[in-house]
Amino acid sequence: MSDMSDLPEEKAFVQRRVLRDSEKDPPQVQQDIESQLKSHDFDKDAMWAIRLALEEGIANAFTHGNKRDPKKSVEFYCRIDNTHAVFEVCDEGAGFDPGTVPDPTDEENIEIPSGRGIMLMRAYMDEVSYLTPGNRLRMVYRKK
Amino acid sequence: MGSVASRLNVRVQNGVTRIEFVDRNILDETNIQQIGEEISRLIEGQVNPKLLICFKGVEHLSSAALGTLITINNRVKAKDGQLRLSDIDPQIYEVFVITKLNKLFHIHETADKALATFT
Repeated sequence: MSDMSDLPEEKAFVQRRVLRDSEKDPPQVQQDIESQLKSHDFDKDAMWAIRLALEEGIANAFTHGNKRDPKKSVEFYCRIDNTHAVFEVCDEGAGFDPGTVPDPTDEENIEIPSGRGIMLMRAYMDEVSYLTPGNRLRMVYRKK
Repeated sequence: MGSVASRLNVRVQNGVTRIEFVDRNILDETNIQQIGEEISRLIEGQVNPKLLICFKGVEHLSSAALGTLITINNRVKAKDGQLRLSDIDPQIYEVFVITKLNKLFHIHETADKALATFT
């Protein structure tokens, strides 16, 4: 990521992996990320926020992107340095426009059980975007 | 296949069904589905269900779990029942505030305070 290249590469943790099991792989990712965040001095609030955002992003990729098709996988990328944590989660779906997701906090939607994942990712991360065609989620957390 | 272990600890206290979670993290979709089904069965077995869901010990909660809570709330309302939540960790409570679900649910600091509000 060109915007993150201000620190020496050897200080950054970079990982690409393919997630195939929607139940067993996410906890493993979380464990690895937590340990890297700790070693890059991210605080507890940061770890909590990132854990929640990753949980939502990866679950969305398996559930809505891949529609729980066990033959489909999710690509995961992360780069953690002393100031930023960047994550990308890419599914095998056709992509979607996050602007079409109704606001779950509107009174008429408050009792609808879905649609809160993206909202939470946006609340806890500094940047959240879906790269064209909308099946690659990119999230950035800046150390406070 | 053996029977699936319950993800809940349930006891009835003064006519109120008090529910606690076995898991510290309520994230996994299969577990959430099981939790939803178990609580739905408890609701179905009562005329005007009175439910207290206590989050003591719960550290992480996903939006899928929030969705299940909304479904539970809808089912309790449909049976003219009452649902209270209690002992929510401050960081998780923030999730309720962000999603404005703190306005939908009756949330109390402790189980005792919640129990006192059932009519």
